[in-house]
Amino acid sequence: MSLKNNFLKGIWNNNPVLILLLGFCPVLAVSTTVIDALGMGISTTFVLLGSNIVISLIRGFVPKKMRIPVFIVVIATFVTIVDLVLYGFFFELHKSLGLFIPLIVVNCIVLGRAEAFASKNSLLDSIVDALGMGVGFILAIVVLAAIREILGNGTIMGLTLFPQSYQPVIVAILPPGAFITLGFMLAGMNRINIGREQREKARKKALKAMKNTKQSNKE
Amino acid sequence: MGNLIIIAIDAMLISNIVLMRFLGICPYMGVSKKQETAVGMGFAVIFVMTFATLISFIVQKTVLVTFNLEYLQTIVFILVIASLVQMVEIVMKKIAPALFDALGIYLPLITTNCAILGVALLTIQKDLNLLQALIFAVASGIGYMIAIFIFAGIRERFEFSSIPKPFKDASIALITAGLLSMAFFGFTGLVKI
Repeated sequence: MSLKNNFLKGIWNNNPVLILLLGFCPVLAVSTTVIDALGMGISTTFVLLGSNIVISLIRGFVPKKMRIPVFIVVIATFVTIVDLVLYGFFFELHKSLGLFIPLIVVNCIVLGRAEAFASKNSLLDSIVDALGMGVGFILAIVVLAAIREILGNGTIMGLTLFPQSYQPVIVAILPPGAFITLGFMLAGMNRINIGREQREKARKKALKAMKNTKQSNKE
Repeated sequence: MGNLIIIAIDAMLISNIVLMRFLGICPYMGVSKKQETAVGMGFAVIFVMTFATLISFIVQKTVLVTFNLEYLQTIVFILVIASLVQMVEIVMKKIAPALFDALGIYLPLITTNCAILGVALLTIQKDLNLLQALIFAVASGIGYMIAIFIFAGIRERFEFSSIPKPFKDASIALITAGLLSMAFFGFTGLVKI
């Protein structure tokens, strides 16, 4: 697999959230504002990158039976780094992300990539994979947060979008709104993929028909 | 006593860990296609959550606070939970094979269930004492069970309804969870905290 494809697969075809359905907890919980979502996305990407690098480097030494605990400790170390950095330099963000910073440890995307990719592939491939998956995660969480923030609060990144008379759909920033919006996002994604498949099928059919007519013309 | 009841009702219904706090969504979506498996998962969560919260609480108070090592909390807690799950699995296999057969496949899944680590951390954040922590953990587990049991019941009925193609599986499940979460909003204000 070329590096470019390896990077791009995380964004659409293998998007960790929308296609692989991993890591729903932070996506649902910290998507009330775009700023929080961006903070969460970048923190998770950092952890993903760090753990993928280390795990790819030590993949030769770790005994097979011990690998999961080792991976978890590596991931937890990076999460602790993120936690302390956010606490020290971005206190507001640390407060609003709250419980979900330590919970990056159990984000299935991070452990999933460590186990499925970094423990089997070279350093460069693992870095590219982590970046692709991270960008896919950031895209998913930020788009969801943007929809929720616009609908539920009438703002985006703290900027007011609508005139005062706009009545925000408050349910969008409450927990039910998170589930329902993400549900519709998944459906939209499926719709696009189904459309693509159908077009692909129609194209193949047309090609086949063209070939057939050519052959019969020859005969 | 009244305080404990409030903690229990709050953890079970008002701030339900799945529908209000978004913890443990992965297994919630993954093992809720049948009510039987949902119940199995529910019991496994209650069981592990209680032990994990108690042990991590004790570790926090006796080791981490005494030696000023609070910054190691995340690493230590996840290790405690991971090893606890392994130990429970081994002990259960010896002592209660029937229970092991029933819960066996769900136990490894629980290590990556963020509800367990989440509740253990929440207990510390809320500054509860040991008894309150115990009640909080059990009630959270029961809350998980309630949520996943109702959800699985609804999902079983999906088989008999015609769902538009793009909405199949995860999408309709999320929307259903949203409606369920909306229903749980009705419990807000049940007790004054």
